Amino acid sequence: MKTRILGFVALAAVIGAAINGLFVVPADLNQGDAQRIMYVHVASAWIAYASFGVTALAGLGYLIWRDLRLDALALAGAEVGVMFTAFAIWGGMMWGRPVWGVYWQWEDPRLTTTALLLALYVGYLLLRRLTDDPARRAARAAVVGLIAAVDIPIVHFSVLWWRGLHQGPTIGDPSKILNPSAPLQFVLALLAMLAAFTLVWVYLLIRRYELARLDWHREEDARRGFVLAAREAAPGTAAVEGPAR
Amino acid sequence: MNDLRRGMAVAVAIARKDAISELRGRQAAGSTLFFAALVLLLFGFALGPDSRRLADAAPGLLWLAIVFGGLLTMARLHQLEADDGAFEQLALYPVDRRAIYAGKALAGAAAMLVLGGLLLPVVAVLYAIPIGAAWLPLLVAVALGAIGFAAIGTAYAGLTVRMRAREVMLPLLMLPVVAPLLLAAVKATGAAISGDPLGELGSWLQLLVAFDVIMLVVGAGTYGFLLED
Repeated sequence: MKTRILGFVALAAVIGAAINGLFVVPADLNQGDAQRIMYVHVASAWIAYASFGVTALAGLGYLIWRDLRLDALALAGAEVGVMFTAFAIWGGMMWGRPVWGVYWQWEDPRLTTTALLLALYVGYLLLRRLTDDPARRAARAAVVGLIAAVDIPIVHFSVLWWRGLHQGPTIGDPSKILNPSAPLQFVLALLAMLAAFTLVWVYLLIRRYELARLDWHREEDARRGFVLAAREAAPGTAAVEGPAR
Repeated sequence: MNDLRRGMAVAVAIARKDAISELRGRQAAGSTLFFAALVLLLFGFALGPDSRRLADAAPGLLWLAIVFGGLLTMARLHQLEADDGAFEQLALYPVDRRAIYAGKALAGAAAMLVLGGLLLPVVAVLYAIPIGAAWLPLLVAVALGAIGFAAIGTAYAGLTVRMRAREVMLPLLMLPVVAPLLLAAVKATGAAISGDPLGELGSWLQLLVAFDVIMLVVGAGTYGFLLED
């Protein structure tokens, strides 16, 4: 029930922030209406990074404490993160076309990094699908999540250097987005969207986590049912530990 | 100190075992090299006969060939164990898991170094690149790239070797992770070939070293969890 209320609050917050960003805040002088994409784009990217942080930390926690609930949290983070990453890339492309003239800009370190980020975590999700045993899946996924999290900063640095070793970033610098000299209204609109997206994010994480737990219980029930059926069929034999190989 | 020495002895023993089985098996290592050289030849067809363009693209093409060949190498080094059920035996040895990782990574890095070292002259001939003067920085770049690739590849091959669809899962998981390695190695190779006019060779080699160290630490720390299952 509490989660449902959170869901409605998050929905209302996103609608409010969207109306604010679309109609209340004036258009940017240079970029025109295209600049409005930035509100959802930056918020998505921020949420995506936060999600993968959750996945990495939950995975690390799993390797330490071996609690499958942490694995469910890691899965929730990865899946929500992939969604927001894809959304961020899509928004970036929609913005890039009118402003840069192209959908894809190899010079932009954030875009390239984000594309690799998506590839890393799509791989993570595929890996999970291909492993049946819950504990094995959790351990493998935790390792992949950790390696991916360690890799992301290296990717970012290398792509930054790639464009020329002694040239500072010009596009996608966070200090430019949240520049204090930018009109306060823009900054507030972005912060409002960020807050709204964070609510949605928490809601989705909770829901996905619950779903993962339900899934796990169903798997366990199936396993137990299998064991009981095997015992019934062949009484007196040694206990069957799991599905036959 | 004693533990470290014993761990290194274990690592060297495992790497030696892999090297021996590679050399005696012969056909697998040789065909990987041939495959990588064939990739270089096909790049020539794909990009057309313009020798200027091929020379410009040569560092990138060399590293793509090394990556493709390296994927096969990494998979094979673990496949050999898994096929005979030796992987379980390996996991049961009463030694530090990090030593096992180090041994497999050492074997992988050596195989990659041989692969890269042999592909260098192939690139030089096919794409008309003068490598004679730059052989030392080129070999350093290849060696650093080989270590980093083996550091990641050993962890991921250990992870995928007992999985369904491992042929596709290994590259799918590994390629995004080695992207910064590829980038830095290509840049370093390009800088070395052109005589390093911008003085950036050192920076790229440093990035490769950083990548290698980080991935070796992560790989050594996580490999034990993959042996468990």
